[in-house]
Amino acid sequence: MNRLTVKLEKRLTPSPVMAFIIPFISVILALLLGAIFLSLTGQKPLDVYATMFGETLGSKYGLTETMVKAIPLMLTSLGVSLAFKMQLWNIGAEGQLYMGAFGASWLPLTFPTLPIYLMLPGMILLGMAAGGLWALLTALPRAIWKVNEIITSLMLNYVAILWVDYLVYGPWKDPKGSNFPLSAPFPDAARLPGLGNSRIHAGLIFAVLLAIILAVVFKYSRWGYSIKVIGSSERAASYAGMNIKRNIFWVMFISGAISGLAGMAEVSGIIGKLQHGLSPGYGYTAIIVAWLSKLNPLTIIIVSVLFGALQVGGYSVQLMGVPAAVATMLQGAILFFVLGGDILTNYRVILASRKGEEVRH
Amino acid sequence: MSIQEFLIPLLATAITAGTPILYAAIGELITERAGIINLGVEGIMLVGAVSGFMAAIATGSPWMGLLASMLAGGAVALIHAFLTITLRANQVVSGLSLTIFGTGLSGYLGKSYIGIPVAKPFDIMPLGPLAKIPIIGPIFFQHDILVYISYGLVIVLWYYMYRTRPGLNLRALGENPAAMDALGINVFLLRYIYVVVGGMFGGVGGAYLSLAYAPSWLENMTAGRGWIAVALVIFALWNPLRALLGSYLFGGIDALGFRLQVLNVQISPFFLKMLPYLFTVLVLVVVVARHKGRLSTPGALGLPYDREER
Repeated sequence: MNRLTVKLEKRLTPSPVMAFIIPFISVILALLLGAIFLSLTGQKPLDVYATMFGETLGSKYGLTETMVKAIPLMLTSLGVSLAFKMQLWNIGAEGQLYMGAFGASWLPLTFPTLPIYLMLPGMILLGMAAGGLWALLTALPRAIWKVNEIITSLMLNYVAILWVDYLVYGPWKDPKGSNFPLSAPFPDAARLPGLGNSRIHAGLIFAVLLAIILAVVFKYSRWGYSIKVIGSSERAASYAGMNIKRNIFWVMFISGAISGLAGMAEVSGIIGKLQHGLSPGYGYTAIIVAWLSKLNPLTIIIVSVLFGALQVGGYSVQLMGVPAAVATMLQGAILFFVLGGDILTNYRVILASRKGEEVRH
Repeated sequence: MSIQEFLIPLLATAITAGTPILYAAIGELITERAGIINLGVEGIMLVGAVSGFMAAIATGSPWMGLLASMLAGGAVALIHAFLTITLRANQVVSGLSLTIFGTGLSGYLGKSYIGIPVAKPFDIMPLGPLAKIPIIGPIFFQHDILVYISYGLVIVLWYYMYRTRPGLNLRALGENPAAMDALGINVFLLRYIYVVVGGMFGGVGGAYLSLAYAPSWLENMTAGRGWIAVALVIFALWNPLRALLGSYLFGGIDALGFRLQVLNVQISPFFLKMLPYLFTVLVLVVVVARHKGRLSTPGALGLPYDREER
């Protein structure tokens, strides 16, 4: 009897075919796994998926909401992908988004009469600065003492959310808001214009522009190149004379600033005030989107739309009595399959029999 | 109010508030000693909390709940083991996806359990004559049984790690897996075992919240405790005794915020709630800075083991 053994052989270069098809297969497998799970818990998986995708991709309202949810996902994913490129695990996008929302809200709440040409640029600057500075709280200990950035950036998420809660339950609470945790509504000059007549706002343009800029930076600039080199080997980078500390500092600042812009776009483009719970976890979903997109800025734009749909789909199945958390679960499952599938991109699977015949795949 | 009346309940609460973090930190400590980082602790705790709660309600026994939380925690950790050990996936991203998946899964399963009381939680059970010792008794020996088990667990684990042969192997597993392999020890199997056992302890940490500390189920009830446990392992320099101390320190900060709120101190409750998170960052920075980045981190931590690349 020939016993087959499975061997893995590292590919010299990652397989482009695998890299392309694995994300698709992963989504399908995650949906299958979800279907099994749904039926085990007494739901009808086909009906659930039909509602999920029918309500999102099948109606103008659903498509609009999908885009509305996709915008903050695009921005936060672009933010984290920049840091991830350097193997800097910034998982603080959620907190950076909240601080961006806080920074941007300060201007209209303090100077409500500013004209629009001062108000909107000011809000963008303040939102980005607040998100960027918040990320520096993680970057500085990482650059100086190599303090694990994963834990600090994550802990600061909780602090940022509590800070916004403090404001909207306390000093910034709208006296006319019948005791809800909301700030006073922004003046019209502080509202990002919508595209056409829809809820989709100018944040989409920011996201697409940023994606193009980042794609160019990664592909053509010296700085983009050095980020990649530092990401693959800090030692090699420092032999090559690259300043690692300064790069950690700037990459984290810009990464945080982009997530801060996501917060600004939410309060200015969608909500029109600062409020409790302004993100359902965009900053965490961003990690999945960035990884699924292989940190490619242009892919991020497309994958964000898919995850926006998943988010809206999660809400729409609640009416059927299915908890919205099913969407989060599917997101996690997709990432499992992508991670597992990566082995096929980087390794060749070889089935070898005892006789030494090898069957290559 | 005398200083004793303030301090003794504070320290007693520090222990109960620290216990879920302690269990989770012990799980992570074992995992990391074996060379694998598991950032899914938060998700594992949540799944442990909800499955323990559901099983306790279904069976009427907190012990069955505890068992369920261990099985669930171990099962979730098994996904991480498969992805990182067999498929050599990036450990950071795999752990993060575990946390996201666990958050979703627990939210899904627990939806209809929010606000339901559990009939039989782990009750307070003063430990005989020990509970009557002044000061020490009320602080350490007037808790539920899971607290007492955790005292024993830390001592047993310390002994196992530093005084037994398999414990030596565990430490070597995270330092130099290639050498272990050369000695004929099955690196893959051992890593699987330690990752799964680590996940079981994470599950118990979650069950402690839903079956003893709260005792109830709330979506995202761990509120970052899993992440604090990950930070704590670094603070503890991968030593279980230091992990115990650290857990009570964090429990103390948690308890302090709570006590100050009860005493009507004029600080916003939102700032008090920030304390454990800010403290975690501060402690991490101080510990790492003091060791100038040269912590006793297991040498092969986070690196996939590949026999061909020895």
